Amino acid sequence: MLRTPDSVRAREDFRHRDRGGAGAPGGPGPGGRFGRRGWTGPSTGRTGDRVLRATTKTAAVGVSAMVAAIGVFLAWRAVPALQRNEANFLTSHEWSTTDVAHLAFGIADLLALTVMVSVFALALAMPVSFGIAVFVTRYAPRRLAGPVAYVVDLLAAVPSVVYGLWGLLVLAPALEPVATWLNSTLGWLPLFAAGSGSVAGGGTVFTAGIVLALMIVPVITGVTREVFLQTPREHVEAALALGATRWEVVRTAVLPFGRSGFIGASMLGLGRALGETMALYMVLQTTSAAFGWSLFDSGASIASKIALGYAEFNNELQAGAYIAAGLVLFALTFVVGAGARMIAARGNGGRR
Amino acid sequence: MTLATDARVAPVRAATFVPTSRRRRCTDGAARILVWASVAVALVPLAWILWTVTAKGLPAVASSTWFTNSLSGLSATTPGGGVYHAIIGTLLQGLVCSVIAIPLGISVAVYLVEYAGASRLGKVTTFMVDVLAGVPSIVAALFIYALWVVTFGFDRSGIAVALALVLLMVPMVVRSTEEMLRIVPTDLREAAFALGVPQWKTIAKVVLPTALPGIVTGTMLAIARVLGETAPLLILVGYAPFINFDLGSGEMGTLPGLIVDQMNNPGAVGADRMWGSALTLIGMVAILSIAATLLARRSTVRGGR
Repeated sequence: MLRTPDSVRAREDFRHRDRGGAGAPGGPGPGGRFGRRGWTGPSTGRTGDRVLRATTKTAAVGVSAMVAAIGVFLAWRAVPALQRNEANFLTSHEWSTTDVAHLAFGIADLLALTVMVSVFALALAMPVSFGIAVFVTRYAPRRLAGPVAYVVDLLAAVPSVVYGLWGLLVLAPALEPVATWLNSTLGWLPLFAAGSGSVAGGGTVFTAGIVLALMIVPVITGVTREVFLQTPREHVEAALALGATRWEVVRTAVLPFGRSGFIGASMLGLGRALGETMALYMVLQTTSAAFGWSLFDSGASIASKIALGYAEFNNELQAGAYIAAGLVLFALTFVVGAGARMIAARGNGGRR
Repeated sequence: MTLATDARVAPVRAATFVPTSRRRRCTDGAARILVWASVAVALVPLAWILWTVTAKGLPAVASSTWFTNSLSGLSATTPGGGVYHAIIGTLLQGLVCSVIAIPLGISVAVYLVEYAGASRLGKVTTFMVDVLAGVPSIVAALFIYALWVVTFGFDRSGIAVALALVLLMVPMVVRSTEEMLRIVPTDLREAAFALGVPQWKTIAKVVLPTALPGIVTGTMLAIARVLGETAPLLILVGYAPFINFDLGSGEMGTLPGLIVDQMNNPGAVGADRMWGSALTLIGMVAILSIAATLLARRSTVRGGR
C-alpha cells in the first residue's frame, strides 16, 4: 500500500483501514488488522520488498491494460470495415462480407437471436438453479448436500464443444416430440410458431437454448448457493420458532436475504450465455431467412457468426466486420457483467 | 449445511402446538417435490452426456493406436489412426498458456491481498479481473487476432491460441489464488513480522507455501477449463491431422479442433473419431479435476465454509 515513504499517504491509508475494517467476512483479513503501514513494516525499503511490490503491482496494472487493450484494438480494427459498410450496422439484417468492395453487414438478426436464446436459456436455468441452491443449503440430507453441489459443478467442467456435439446429435432428436407438440399445440403463439428452422430436425433456438441453460446452471447455482449459505441463522431460527414449514423458512428468511444475490448470479449466467460460442455454433442451423422471434427459428448468434466466419479471416476488412460484431458482444457482456456486480454489491452492502 | 439439520427438527415441534394447516402442508410438500425435481433436471442431462460420450467414444479410444498414432495420411473414411497429434497440440498450448497465466495471475492475487488494501488500484484491478472473467472466449480470440495477426503481422499459430487462452485463464487463477491467500491466518504473517522477517520473505516463505495446495488446485481446474476451449482454435489456428510440435507456425491439431473437424466427416469413421476425441478430452479434464480435488483434501488451510 505504501508506495512512497510519504507520511501523508500513510495517514490516508490508515484512515481507510479504520473506517473500513477492510477485511473478509471472516474477520480482519490480511491487510486489515496488520496494515502495511510504513511505520510498522519490518521491511519497507529493502530491495526484496521493493522488487516484489513493484512486480505484483505491474501485474495488477497489466490486467487493466489487457482489458483496455481488448476494447481499443477491437475498435481500431473494426472502424475501417464499418466506414466501408454499405448497410446500417445496427439495423440491417444482411451479412455479406465476401465482396470486399461492397461490404454490407448488420447485426440486427444476430443480436436478436443472441438475446432471445440467452433469455430463453436464463428462463429455464433460473428456477432450476434456484431449486438446486435451496436443495443444497436447506433440503438436502447432510450426506447428499456436498456431493450434489460437487456434481452440479461438474456440469461446468464439460467442455462446450462436447455440449454442442451432444446437443446436436443426441438432444435434438430426443426433443423432437416435445418440439412438435409445442409447435402443434401452442403454435398460435408467435413464440412457438413454425420458424425458419425445422421443428423436427432441431438446430433451432429451442434446442440451443436448452443446451445453453444446462451450461449456465452451474454458474448461477454456485453463486446463489454461497449467498444462501450466509442467511443469518437468527432469521431462520426465528421463522422456525414461529412454526414455519421448511418452504416457509425459504420464503420468509432465505429468499429476502438472498434475492439480490440470486438475481446478480442470474445476470452472471446471462453474460455467460450471451458469449457462449461453440454450443450455438454446432447446434444452430444457418439460414438466410429473417429472424422472427420464434423458438423454432434458426440462424446464428453474434458469437457463433464470428466462429462461422473464420474462413473469411484472410482480409483485414472482412475480418473487420466480424471484429465489429465482436466489439458489440464485448460491450454487451460488459454491461451485463457490470449490472450483475452492482446488484450483488447492493445486496451485500444494504445488509445489516 | 449445518443449518439443514435444524430445519429438519423444527416443523415437527411446531405441530405439537398448532396443527399446520392443510394448505400450508400442501405448499410445503409441493415445494419439496419441485426442489428435488430441479436437482434431477440438472443431473439427468449430465449423466446422459457422460454416458453418451463414454458409450460412443469407447470403441475408438480402446483401439491400440488411439494414443500412439496421428491421423496423418489417413483419409476421412479409412479406419485406424489416433489422436496423438491432437493431445500433443492441446497439451502444448495449455502449457504455454499456463507458463504465462499462472505467474501473472498469482502476482495479481498477491498484490490484491498483500499490498492493495483499500487502495484505488486494488479496487480497479478487482473490477478489471471481473470484466476479464466475463469476456467471451470468441472475443478474446478476436482480440488476439486483431493484435497478434493483424497488427504485429504474425501467422495464425498455436502460440496465438495460447495467448487467447491466457486472457481466459488469468481471472480464474487470480480469483482462486486470492481466495486461498485471504484464508491464510493473519497471525502467521504477524508472527513472521515479529521475528523481523521482511515482508517479501514472509509472502514467499510463509504465506504462499501455506496457501500452495489451494493455489495448485485452483490452477489445475483453470487449466482443465481452458483445455476444452474451442472458439479460439477456429480463428487463431487451423486444424492439422499430423504432428506439429512448432507452436510458432503452422497448423496444429487439438482435441476440440479434431471434434469440429470430424463433424464434417459424416461416415462411421468420423463419428468414432469425434466421440473418441470427446471422451479423451473429458478424460483429460477429469484427471486434472480429480487430481485437483485430491490435492485440495490435503490442503493445510481450511476455508470457513
